[in-house]
Amino acid sequence: MSSVKRAGPVRLIVTLGVAGLVSGLILVTAYLATQPIILRNQAKALEAAIYRVVPGSTTRKEFIVRDGKLVPGSNNPAGGQSENVVYGAYDSSGKLLGYAIPGEGPGFQDTISLIYGYDPHDKKIIGLEILESRETPGLGDKITKDPKFHENFDSLSVEPKVVAVKHGTKTAPNEVDSISGATISSKAVVSIIQKENARFLSVLNSAQGSEGTPQ
Amino acid sequence: MTDRQKLAQETTKGFWRENPIFVQMLGLCPALAVTNSAINGVAMGVAVMFVLIGSSLLVSALRNVIPKQIRITTFIIIIATFVTVADFTLQAMAPTVHKELGAFIALIVVNCIILGRQEAFASRNTVFNAVGDAVGMSVGFTIALLILGSIREILGSGSLFGVALFGTSFEPWVIMILPPGGFLAMGVLLMIFAQVKKNRQRKASAQLKEEAA
Amino acid sequence: MGNYFWIFVSAAVINNFTLSYFLGLCPFFGVSKKIDTAFRLGLANIFVMLITSVCAWLLNTFVLPYAPYLRLITFIVVIASAVQFVEMAIKKLSPALFKALGLFLPLITTNCAILALALFQTNRGYSFLEGIFFALGAGLGLTLALVLMAGVREESEMSTVPDVLQGAALSFLIAGILSMAFMGFAGLFSGAA
Repeated sequence: MSSVKRAGPVRLIVTLGVAGLVSGLILVTAYLATQPIILRNQAKALEAAIYRVVPGSTTRKEFIVRDGKLVPGSNNPAGGQSENVVYGAYDSSGKLLGYAIPGEGPGFQDTISLIYGYDPHDKKIIGLEILESRETPGLGDKITKDPKFHENFDSLSVEPKVVAVKHGTKTAPNEVDSISGATISSKAVVSIIQKENARFLSVLNSAQGSEGTPQ
Repeated sequence: MTDRQKLAQETTKGFWRENPIFVQMLGLCPALAVTNSAINGVAMGVAVMFVLIGSSLLVSALRNVIPKQIRITTFIIIIATFVTVADFTLQAMAPTVHKELGAFIALIVVNCIILGRQEAFASRNTVFNAVGDAVGMSVGFTIALLILGSIREILGSGSLFGVALFGTSFEPWVIMILPPGGFLAMGVLLMIFAQVKKNRQRKASAQLKEEAA
Repeated sequence: MGNYFWIFVSAAVINNFTLSYFLGLCPFFGVSKKIDTAFRLGLANIFVMLITSVCAWLLNTFVLPYAPYLRLITFIVVIASAVQFVEMAIKKLSPALFKALGLFLPLITTNCAILALALFQTNRGYSFLEGIFFALGAGLGLTLALVLMAGVREESEMSTVPDVLQGAALSFLIAGILSMAFMGFAGLFSGAA
């Protein structure tokens, strides 16, 4: 620093300009190099989750809800950004096993993001996976790990409506046993599912009839 | 002092004597936020190492070219570039760690340690010494985070680097991995260090008294 | 309207930037020895946060969709400029305050709370108004933490403290207790959510 005299304004602007330019170039390169990998990772993670919540499925297709009907989506490998995206999950022979419905909503601490499998034949939820959550460690975060909580969603009837009940009081097939000590996080999960059910179920159930042989 | 001796001294001072976290008390935000587990602490340490060494190298190399009036802005542009690159790289190569560290990777850009070293050292020293200083400071930073992270993980989750240490009968002290735990762990550590320092000083002055007698 | 209120309260108290997210620790441990100074620094931060929130929203809406990799650089440049602006304003309006705050004014630039505000606002996709409420809440929460800390430290200066605890160690332990107290706010309004 000692060898630089007080520089004139031109020198200042040129230095900043060059710095900005070089920095911009480096950033663009880094971005272009890493984005494909990042998108690929996200797509893989999403796919893995879909196949987990609709057991037995090996392929999937993206759909959007438009005008109350299911229309094929853009099949963007990283998953659609719009809220009306839902995935059809098929087994190796192409038979529709169910739909994977993503959803998100406020939890106890922060937003919870999840995906769950729905079987329109039996009108049941067949699987749940929490994608993102920042709930209280040791308490609320049990929604991601507790196997007993997840068992609730292996065969959960959606009629008349999915509801959360206090821990240990589950009697009906549409009830979800909350985690003791994590009632609010458990209820948050259920209310996200209720919200997505309201958005999708009627469309999915009617698509069952008209879809015929899935492509 | 030879060049090599000076380099060694500049590097090792960051390990303990001028440890950025425990002595200089800089860059505390990430130190407390990501040390809820040992692996997260180490990951943050590595990210900071990349940014600090890279920035110090560049700042030192360009120190005679950067005009004094805009040096802070230029430092920030350099640091922000390295941080963004580190962010993208981490997201591509280790998405789980990236999700755990979250916004704190981006926050490395305002980590006082990095800007502080550029201003106080890298801009006034040769490239060798600047890199040495950067290495020392980042190693010291990582050591501090490793200590904090390990303590909090052992007490708060009963594990270390994800490996469960105690049986299922161990009731973890969950508060240690929550925000208060970060503050408390740091406070207790500082207290222990102060006590050790006091003992050492007492021993030293007792020795002096003996020799004088 | 309920949503704005929730964002405000959440940022100020439930997820307090300092005591829950570990943001803004440098001023928290550095300046907070006198309630007066702490309060005024807090206000300066609120002002910078508001400017940052608006600029971040403008950038996110009009500029950054074309160049997302420039996000970090543009945010930090905006923050540095906002701080410069606030510094000049304070110097003109109240030279005494300018002197009292001294070095801590330019240090607002490296206050991770400001940058974190911009980043969180981006991640959560807040609208313009939501961003304003977020900035107000976060700034108020930060000020609250600063003032509380200053108050407790003022008290502790008048009592005898074991010498190994003096200085930093005590501040951290106090912060830990404050943080625990604020955890009591968790779950506020959650029944309604």
